[in-house]
Amino acid sequence: MIVADKKPIEEIIETVKPYDRILVLGCNECVTVCEAGGKKEVEVLASALRMHFIQQGSKKNFDERTLERQCDHEYLEEIRDIMDNYDAVLSLACGVGVQFMAEKYHTTPLIPGVNTCFLGATEKRGLWTERCQACGSCVLAHTAGICPISRCAKRVMNGPCGGSTGGKCEINKDVDCAWQLIIDRLRDLDRMDEYEIVTPIKDWSTERAGGPRTVAREDVQV
Amino acid sequence: MSMNTPSKLEKVFKSGHIAVTSECGPPRGSDPEAVTSKGAMIKDHVDAVNITDNQTAMTRMSSLAACIHLKQMGLEPILQMVTRDRNRVALQSDILGAASFDINNVLCLSGDHQSFGDCAQGQNVHDLDSMQLVQTVRHMRDEGKFLGGDDIKRPPNMFVGAAANPFADPFEIRVPRLAKKIACGAEFIQTQCIYNIAKFEEWMRRVRERGLHEKVFIMAGMTPMKSAPMAKFMKNRVPGMDVPDEIIDRLAGVEKKKQAQEGIDICVEHIQRLKEVEGIAGFHVMAIEWEEKVPEIVERSGLYPRPEV
Ligand code: SF4
Ligand code: SF4
Repeated sequence: MIVADKKPIEEIIETVKPYDRILVLGCNECVTVCEAGGKKEVEVLASALRMHFIQQGSKKNFDERTLERQCDHEYLEEIRDIMDNYDAVLSLACGVGVQFMAEKYHTTPLIPGVNTCFLGATEKRGLWTERCQACGSCVLAHTAGICPISRCAKRVMNGPCGGSTGGKCEINKDVDCAWQLIIDRLRDLDRMDEYEIVTPIKDWSTERAGGPRTVAREDVQV
Repeated sequence: MSMNTPSKLEKVFKSGHIAVTSECGPPRGSDPEAVTSKGAMIKDHVDAVNITDNQTAMTRMSSLAACIHLKQMGLEPILQMVTRDRNRVALQSDILGAASFDINNVLCLSGDHQSFGDCAQGQNVHDLDSMQLVQTVRHMRDEGKFLGGDDIKRPPNMFVGAAANPFADPFEIRVPRLAKKIACGAEFIQTQCIYNIAKFEEWMRRVRERGLHEKVFIMAGMTPMKSAPMAKFMKNRVPGMDVPDEIIDRLAGVEKKKQAQEGIDICVEHIQRLKEVEGIAGFHVMAIEWEEKVPEIVERSGLYPRPEV
């Protein structure tokens, strides 16, 4: 899933300042799972903002709503009839949802309420970690199912580098060395001989480097 | 003797001598004196000298520029290149630039992560990794082609090296990893600083078991300790460094102002011991900001005078 984190409230206060009628809009997908932008977080944020501006003596209206998804035309249409009531939308969706909203409601100012961080998973409650950088050409078959692009600080394709110590990455003792994990799993899979296969220079054109990407599938287009 | 390149370092190895290299870190400024004065200190005591490439991710004068300064004073530079800061366009371009000054040696590295340096907020590149950079230089030299496939007019003619850290984890892949670098085309290897002699000898035993010492020239990395605190720092803070307690204890056992000399003595003893190890083709003496001590170490280790080749 897409993992996001809450933005500092001070930053949100600054960005909503110019507006009086604000819709705080959550999303029921990834950001709900990572507890950054679901119904619950919308409630908490909206009341914190109300409280702040009441104390400041300024009259602002914060309404709450959470959509099934903000990255989907269908669900975004559900709020068309109420959009005229607002000067701005504070969206707690990921960067994709915020932008999709902006495209749909072209003349309504959009404010992101979360920082979109990475593609990852819930390690345990309150801890999310990165697993994929969407390189567009997955190599997991050759790396024992562990991604060296998202999980190695230098995205070394033939690792580990000389900084790997006691299973940890040179950048931080709290970060696992991806290549230690790869080697441990190769060993457990009884495939250590594959370690010596040199991974050739990667074609990064399917990654960010190639510019904005599109997946176009004629077979499923209607 | 069949030479692949005009490299003096290659010639020293292939004439059967134990080679000696050292290292110069370029300055954090543009004064060429800072490079040339270091070069002058070690000129007669080494066969070639590495020029580091923004080591520990601290922004410095470019390795290539410093190599040119040393080349112009008659030294044999080894251009260090890290894959952290440049993509394949820039790397190939700098390889050609170096070749245009007849810089005949390159050492391919991934480089310390930028979070260690003065630009922790910067991007890193890592378009290639260090093994792929070895492949790239060999491809440019041997095929005379760019990675993109076009012909190179006057291809670079460089002797290609890589680093090996016998002490990083996991230990079991440290020799396979060397084999991989050789398969990519590495012709010489410089190791991480060696303090744990027993572990290094075990690594060398495994290297010989696979006959790898016959496929690549292995240079043992030696760095004299200046003091007991430096030894502790290296042990605890430098990733991939293995400093046994006995080294720290030995340094701490002498009075403060004699610790530097003790560090040099340890270094000389280690070189003398490792000279006897089969498969060691040379020593890479890295006296970090202590270049003036290189001549003493080389002389006392019985590696002076350097051969005329
Ligand atoms: S190899 Fe690419 S697609 Fe596969 S997990 Fe890693 S970044 Fe994602
Ligand atoms: S220590 Fe491991 S994870 Fe960290 S940069 Fe090196 S190879 Fe990658």
